[in-house]
Amino acid sequence: MKKRESRAFVVVGKSEAKVDGRGLVTGRPMFVADVDVSDALVIKMLWSPYAHARIASIDTADAERMPGVACVLTHKNTPATRHTTAGQGFPEPSPYDARMFDTKVRFVGDRVAAVAAETEEVAERALAAIRVEYEELPAVLSIDEARRPGAPIVHDESDATGIYDPSKNVVADVDIDVGDVAVGFGESDLIVETTCETQYAQHTPIETHVVLASLDADDRLVLRTSTQVPFHVRRIVAQTLGIPVHRIRVVKPRIGGGFGVKQEVLLEDVAGWVTLQTRRPALFTLSRREEFTSSRTRHPMRVRVKVGVKKTGLVHAIEMEAVSNTGAYGAHGLTVLANTGSKTLPLYNKAENAHFFGQAVYTNLPVGGAYRGYGATQGYFALETAMDEAAERLGLDPIEFRLRNAIRTGEGSPIFAKLGEGREGVSQTVKSCELERCLEVGAERIGWTSARSKKERRGSWVHGVGMSIMMQGSGIPEIDMGAATIKMNEDGSFNLLVGATDLGTGSDTILAQIAAEVLGVPLAKILVTSSDTDVTPFDVGAYASSTTYVSGMAVQRAAEKVREQILGVAAPMLGVSTERLALRSESVIGEAGASVSLSRVCQRAMYETDQFQIAATASCVPSESPPPFLANFARVAVDTDTGVIKVLHYVAVVDCGVAINPRLAEGQVEGAIVNGIGYALSEEMQFSSRGRVRNPTLFDYKIPGALDIPRIDVVLVDSYEPTGPMGAKSVGEIGINGPIPTIANAIYDAVGVRLRQTPFTPERVLEALQRV
Amino acid sequence: MRIHLTVNGTGRTWEVAPGDTLLDVLRREGFAGVKKGCGTGDCGACTVLLNGRAVNACLVLAVKAEGHTVVTIEGVAQGGRLHPVQEAFLEAGAVQCGYCTPGMVLSAVSLLSHNPDPSEAEICEAISGNLCRCTGYVKQIAAIERAAARMRESQ
Ligand code: FES
Ligand code: FES
Repeated sequence: MKKRESRAFVVVGKSEAKVDGRGLVTGRPMFVADVDVSDALVIKMLWSPYAHARIASIDTADAERMPGVACVLTHKNTPATRHTTAGQGFPEPSPYDARMFDTKVRFVGDRVAAVAAETEEVAERALAAIRVEYEELPAVLSIDEARRPGAPIVHDESDATGIYDPSKNVVADVDIDVGDVAVGFGESDLIVETTCETQYAQHTPIETHVVLASLDADDRLVLRTSTQVPFHVRRIVAQTLGIPVHRIRVVKPRIGGGFGVKQEVLLEDVAGWVTLQTRRPALFTLSRREEFTSSRTRHPMRVRVKVGVKKTGLVHAIEMEAVSNTGAYGAHGLTVLANTGSKTLPLYNKAENAHFFGQAVYTNLPVGGAYRGYGATQGYFALETAMDEAAERLGLDPIEFRLRNAIRTGEGSPIFAKLGEGREGVSQTVKSCELERCLEVGAERIGWTSARSKKERRGSWVHGVGMSIMMQGSGIPEIDMGAATIKMNEDGSFNLLVGATDLGTGSDTILAQIAAEVLGVPLAKILVTSSDTDVTPFDVGAYASSTTYVSGMAVQRAAEKVREQILGVAAPMLGVSTERLALRSESVIGEAGASVSLSRVCQRAMYETDQFQIAATASCVPSESPPPFLANFARVAVDTDTGVIKVLHYVAVVDCGVAINPRLAEGQVEGAIVNGIGYALSEEMQFSSRGRVRNPTLFDYKIPGALDIPRIDVVLVDSYEPTGPMGAKSVGEIGINGPIPTIANAIYDAVGVRLRQTPFTPERVLEALQRV
Repeated sequence: MRIHLTVNGTGRTWEVAPGDTLLDVLRREGFAGVKKGCGTGDCGACTVLLNGRAVNACLVLAVKAEGHTVVTIEGVAQGGRLHPVQEAFLEAGAVQCGYCTPGMVLSAVSLLSHNPDPSEAEICEAISGNLCRCTGYVKQIAAIERAAARMRESQ
């Protein structure tokens, strides 16, 4: 059934080259700053040197007088509206705790003032001429400090809203129950408990944040920006600057990666304000250093997992407690925390008793945000470490243990309904789950049975293999929305307009493939325009692994409507009723083989009879969020002399439903795995005792290069999601959750130590080895 | 001050400041395919060929390019025909966001120009200075292998 369905596709399921690929390999000017910016003002920001301070006074007179300075912005001359920088659906689940410029700074790297000048050099000199007097305040630089009674309060302003308990630095609090874990633990034969901590990490898209603001002929503000959420940018900039939505146009050209960090409105308010004030175009680019210190990060977390297991090998009770450090502002604080539970616990749905609780707390450190994996990454470290331990103590193979306990097709989990996007979730039954097959394929690829528990030694190096499983979601049910418009041209081509946001993921391509499939045309006949708020219908943007599933379904529906219109025009041409017609090979084909070309059909509709534009718009708000599934396997070598970990072979076997474009889907997983390996082994933002980032460069903050990667095998298993467009689910995020627990479990297999703090640096590994 | 150089086969004379990097000047003059990811020599997004060798344009002062030959990504395809490396990048799915792509392609072009049959290790070495956050390098390495094979065949 599955196989037959996917074999019937003509364009879907094919690894078509990306529709924007040719321009990208030839270096065409496709990115924000690639247009002529010679007449644009350059914006530079003065960032706070203190982790926590009040701005006692700020004197910009000298800076303003400098030749070449167009304007200087501070809290004195900019709108004071509290808002969130998190680009989420409205009303946002993140607190309104940020202002364009505030009278208080809350981390080293917070905004103090901005200068717009003719050149970067002038802007830099003007920044140096701004005189600020700070009243330094005691700072909280860790989760524990933030939670201590009497701790300094990060958000003591009276006009912030949506904070759970500002007096205790608590941004968000989540507590949900299924059954009764206390009883469940009492009834269990084995209890395993583990606490794992994850570090501050940064997305490091190779293109940093950048926006070009300008005015169009009607003086409307045009923001050409590197964003994942053009429509949210428009709404939040309108709200922040106090101007109507219709006076803003947001355009996302090609962008150089996002990974969540561009689901945030970080520069557009300032650039927009400068342009409105000066009537000049303005370019605001974050330097790499600023990207590290002042954009967004992955929320560091401490996650404790307690698992109660019966002798039968069935997990009977799970408790997960997560404490998340959201830094100085609460962007995504609640939702990342909630996802730590909601995207992990349903995987082990045999547990009749479950408890998830936790808090997100403010500190005077860089701000957390959305980062691929979105809390699940942090949760799976602890959960899959605990499951590995439980299997070992039961004397069960970890694969067998997962097979007994993991969710299957036709099953649900009460967690789905209890816990959603920072509020109640949506009940659902899993309709496609090929986890068993994923485990089978993965075990074979890595050579599980021959390599497991062998502790093969080569000099000081010891080898081990480990595994882990996981799920994610496909969009946010009953919240996310995608929409698509398709219109037909007289040569039988179609314009596909989508609000969906291609970050480099290839979504323009796969959405076009879906349209091409329905309309019976080759990919080249679908012309994609995406992410322009003046032109394309609404879409929440690229986050929560939503695009393929949500926007893809909108495209499928729009294409189906257009198909109906085409058949309606063709029916009288062929003298048969529409039910007896099909779209294939750029023609409408009747049962007897009579056919008429699409271009003929469109010419008739445009110029000849009952004229109208063949076009349709459709939307999708999903009623569920089918999880993709992933089985991970890694073979690692541990140098017991130096503590160095080498990943030798990584296998990821994925059930993402039908892969609309298999090669692009593999690429999503490969990229996520390598990012995850960096997160597991080397990437860590380090701080001075005063909260300053000590390694804000790509030299000191080590992301993997081509020499650092192991052999990686990504396998997509055959699967079909009945609720998805063409049988598809998501694939963008899930891969990043794998490396940490998989490598940790492999290290345990090799040397018998459990690492519970990322990244697994040589120092931490050596220290752990010495403890045993 | 004034510099004379050849960019993608065309002689150019540009007015530059002593502190301008080759990256600044190339972008200013419209070679927007040259990307900036750091400005400190750590990411390789600004890779261009200087007298045939891959260099980080952010680390080269524009004045040092006086009299030299520069190739940017805009000069790799000839008369609308993609270079085999570009073709292979498209076919192998080696392009995601494409921001690292110009630099990556030029590093590969430079490698293949003096090593037509590189090992996987040599490919990784050649692109080790080009960071990519999207692809995990798997398909980029495969693309360069594919391009090398195709170029050898057509010799
Ligand atoms: S911009 Fe030159 S190496 Fe990064
Ligand atoms: S494709 Fe995005 S950085 Fe390489």
